[in-house]
Amino acid sequence: MEITETVSIHIDGKPYQAQTGRNLLEACLALGFDVPHFCWHPALGSVGACRQCAVKRFRDENDQGGEIIMACMTPVTPGLRISIHDPEVLRFRAAVIEWLMINHPHDCPVCDEGGECHLQDMTVMTGHTRREYRFRKRTHRNQYLGPFIHHEMNRCIQCYRCVRFYRNIAGGRDLNVFGAHDHVYFGRHQDGVLESEFSGNLVEICPTGTFTDKTQKAHNTRIWDLQTAPSICVHCGLGCNTLPGERYGQLRRVRNRYHHEINGYFLCDRGRFGYEFVNSDKRLRTPLYRPERNIAQREMRLEELFQQAVLRLKNPGTIMGIGSPRASLEANYALRSLVGPENFYAGVTADEHALLELARTILTQGPARAVSVQEAARSDAVLVLGEDLTQTAPLLALALGGLGYQKAVAQARKVQLPAWDDAAVRQFGQEAKPALFIATPQPTRLDQAARTCVRAAPHEIAALGLAVQAELSKDSAAAPEAPEALAPDIAQALAKSERPLIVTGTSLGSPAMVQAAADIARALCRLGKSVGLICCVPECNSMGLALLQAKNLSAAFQKASEGRVDTVIVLENDLYRRAPAQAVDAFLQKAGAVMVLDHLRTPTSLKADMVIPVATFAQTSGTLVNNEGRAQRFHAVFPADETIPEAFRLLVELKQAAFGQGRPHLRPVLEDQRLELSRAFPVFSGLAEPLPSLAQPAPGGKVPRQSMGYSGRTAIHAAVSVHEPKPPHDPDAPLAFSMEGYEGQPPPELITHYHAPGWNSVQALLKYQSIAGGPLKGGSYGRRLFLQAPAAQSDFFEKLPPAIDLKAAERLLVPLHHLFGSEELSMAAPAVAQLAPLPYLALNPEDPLAEEGREVLLTVAEQTLCLKVKVMPGLCRGVAGLPMGLAGIPVVALPAQVVLTKGDAT
Amino acid sequence: MLSPEEIQEIQTALAHCESNFAAGLDALKIVQRRRGWISDETLQEVARFLEMTPAELDSVATFYSLIFRRQVGRHVILLCDSVSCWVMGYESLFEALKKRLGIGFGQTSADGRFTLLPHPCLGACERAPVMMIDDELYGPIEEEMIEKILARYE
Ligand code: SF4
Ligand code: SF4
Ligand code: FES
Ligand code: FES
Repeated sequence: MEITETVSIHIDGKPYQAQTGRNLLEACLALGFDVPHFCWHPALGSVGACRQCAVKRFRDENDQGGEIIMACMTPVTPGLRISIHDPEVLRFRAAVIEWLMINHPHDCPVCDEGGECHLQDMTVMTGHTRREYRFRKRTHRNQYLGPFIHHEMNRCIQCYRCVRFYRNIAGGRDLNVFGAHDHVYFGRHQDGVLESEFSGNLVEICPTGTFTDKTQKAHNTRIWDLQTAPSICVHCGLGCNTLPGERYGQLRRVRNRYHHEINGYFLCDRGRFGYEFVNSDKRLRTPLYRPERNIAQREMRLEELFQQAVLRLKNPGTIMGIGSPRASLEANYALRSLVGPENFYAGVTADEHALLELARTILTQGPARAVSVQEAARSDAVLVLGEDLTQTAPLLALALGGLGYQKAVAQARKVQLPAWDDAAVRQFGQEAKPALFIATPQPTRLDQAARTCVRAAPHEIAALGLAVQAELSKDSAAAPEAPEALAPDIAQALAKSERPLIVTGTSLGSPAMVQAAADIARALCRLGKSVGLICCVPECNSMGLALLQAKNLSAAFQKASEGRVDTVIVLENDLYRRAPAQAVDAFLQKAGAVMVLDHLRTPTSLKADMVIPVATFAQTSGTLVNNEGRAQRFHAVFPADETIPEAFRLLVELKQAAFGQGRPHLRPVLEDQRLELSRAFPVFSGLAEPLPSLAQPAPGGKVPRQSMGYSGRTAIHAAVSVHEPKPPHDPDAPLAFSMEGYEGQPPPELITHYHAPGWNSVQALLKYQSIAGGPLKGGSYGRRLFLQAPAAQSDFFEKLPPAIDLKAAERLLVPLHHLFGSEELSMAAPAVAQLAPLPYLALNPEDPLAEEGREVLLTVAEQTLCLKVKVMPGLCRGVAGLPMGLAGIPVVALPAQVVLTKGDAT
Repeated sequence: MLSPEEIQEIQTALAHCESNFAAGLDALKIVQRRRGWISDETLQEVARFLEMTPAELDSVATFYSLIFRRQVGRHVILLCDSVSCWVMGYESLFEALKKRLGIGFGQTSADGRFTLLPHPCLGACERAPVMMIDDELYGPIEEEMIEKILARYE
């Protein structure tokens, strides 16, 4: 670790304190000085490319002339004397921006970046307010870069941030810089979809409107007209923090919300562009009802359907509630209260539920700690068991992709190269391969960052894990066989490291593998290591659901088959994505009445007798628990529509109306749900704590969701009434659906947008941090539920999975996951759906049936599938990969042994 | 497809380099020497051979003005337009060439014989004004010499 000290430096004649180990630009910004800059970014470090951060340095107090230096390339040293406001350096900075702007088209009025543009801010800041250049501008042809990113090369100022992010941080290899001098071009070799799963970050990394959000462009909204609220990504289990923006009742985009411990500055493309499901025509918008099974659903007014539902609930008989890993804790809990704990079922099958319970157990009982994504990024030896992280936990893949750089930084430090000197560190550490080991059945995008990759079937990965554990525990001396042959190497690297990390997850459906991961962590703990453990889970509230300790969906099916269910309430869940269709059919058939609360039309909602459309995450609030057991709140971005209620409120109201419980005269609020939750489950005891500024009312009222520039507030409703309506009240958060309210910097978890005087772009974030790239002022937020003291001793599972004996013509069918395609909600976003693959079956090139495009038949769980072969070099032998969640791929419990035969067509 | 000779030469170059990336420029030069220029297809072949992406190799290719990413004539004339040559009469030379070949900078004569390119200093200021055709340097040049020089190239 780096040792820093506080030293005294002089800026424009006055003494200040600054930290060594930082560069002068960071120090000046931390002191509150507005020093313009482009190429430096907290996540990218310095390269000194743009010359915008020039300041003057003086030898001593007698030096009158001084020399112009780049602040971002100058280390903080004791006694440093500089000037930011020296006239010569002021002129220099204005001249730099004038050059940078020579070819810029000055098209702010039609540019999507306008209003939150770092280039605009810096231009104003340097005082370059008059354009002198009278000549022809060079122009570029723009490229088609896929459904996410719009390209407008003429706006580029050649700061190189985009390629540095894309190549160095995201590991992408298809975006680059071309040409030289005044025709430098940033783009692809040819038009085409950007390959990186993190391409959307270009929108925020680029300080100009060169790379902008194509989905936002399609909605055509000026950014100051957006209403934004702190939210949590709902597209995987990591819980990245987001800032979705709304206008005219539609979500218009999603931006990163900085969380120092989770997503930092970045989001993956599923998280950024999956939001359009909120606006999609797959949304349920009208309540539907059918009095009898055999007739079609018909539309019904919400109040009427509500009454029907109440009548139904009043019926004597069993009511069963099926919860959901994509619904909030509060909504799940409200359903549990409505139907009673004994009738509440987690909406996942026994297998998945067991895996989640296992993940919960190993993370709560220790001894390894559940660590955050950013803590994972600081590990010095990592073993990944079974997860294709880029597809199942993308931001974790992004973090681990940076391990090589972390290693280079550590080495560079030994020769006094500071961590921020990006180009030098990269040059110096070129060969640094980090101790990252990946064991998966299929090749993964993260492989390029790993030291060693093993391709193995799930049970073999578990065996490898156990071999590593045995090696660490020195129980066995026998030379292991492949793939376990690598166990000694891996064990050695882990044992040598200071901050080892074991990553696993539920995506392969292998409890043995998750147990093996826990065993390795345990063995390392016994060696006295501080071990991190990450278990990836599939959905945004999978872990929260696991903590509710409910029975599983298979048990619900079982109970129904025994013929004892009157009404089934399904909350935000498509059962046909959970269990085989026949099983779900049978279940729904058995139930007297099926009531579905969801925001998307699903095969389950089509079968329901009552369908109540409910708000998406964008129009309701709640709590989600991510894979590390961190409970995080998301807030409604815009008010719920009158006819589309919020699920948790509706459920509480149903309970009030049907059973006369609760406080019927009061509108149900989230805080009550949290309070009850915290009483019912010790693990949630922290949730009852009110949000910071609810406890201490912020001066000036609530934090506004709308910016000061929000336009047309009166005009928006003028067609209906010229009287400006009162902003809707939000009973659940210290946030207002308004421009007015608290004017200072809100507590970190209530930040609705980044802004500081003179700083309108996302770069204003540095004004919310004590030091750029550090935690937000006001500290961390989100409650870690798993921080209890880990048990000192616990036993190994040491369950060797049964060996699998594949007969001729048999393959082991394993699940493959696609960032674009395997997740339900984002597939209702057209931009994401466009990138999803068609159903296929992946085979190793040496498989006798491996012929690209050939049709093969396989029978699994009594269903015969006909799929086109995709030859996947590197796929483990004997394995066939089935892409999960795609339309046309049925739900089957995997891994499974299957027989493959040639299809008729070949 | 890269020819066996090309592959052999590139492999020799690779042996002197720390990484495939470092051999990118050499490989492009080797292939350009045989093919005259680097088409998209050629670029992709070389990139594949070096296990680079086309974007990575194209980044190198487009940085250097003497790697030709567009088709050039059978011979490339580099006319120095930098200070010494400019003082010594580059402009009239340029005019004469333009007239003789019917093309300006960046263009190729209709018969596909010559491509004319400007070049800032050929490193032969003592012989200014100079031009270079393929690998041959000519200078100091007088307008009258042009015809004779060009006649040497088919
Ligand atoms: S495209 Fe944007 S990030 Fe890339 S160099 Fe140009 S201005 Fe910088
Ligand atoms: S990594 Fe997961 S939580 Fe983060 S943005 Fe992507 S899908 Fe959302
Ligand atoms: S920010 Fe320092 S040179 Fe670009
Ligand atoms: S200026 Fe022409 S060769 Fe140097």
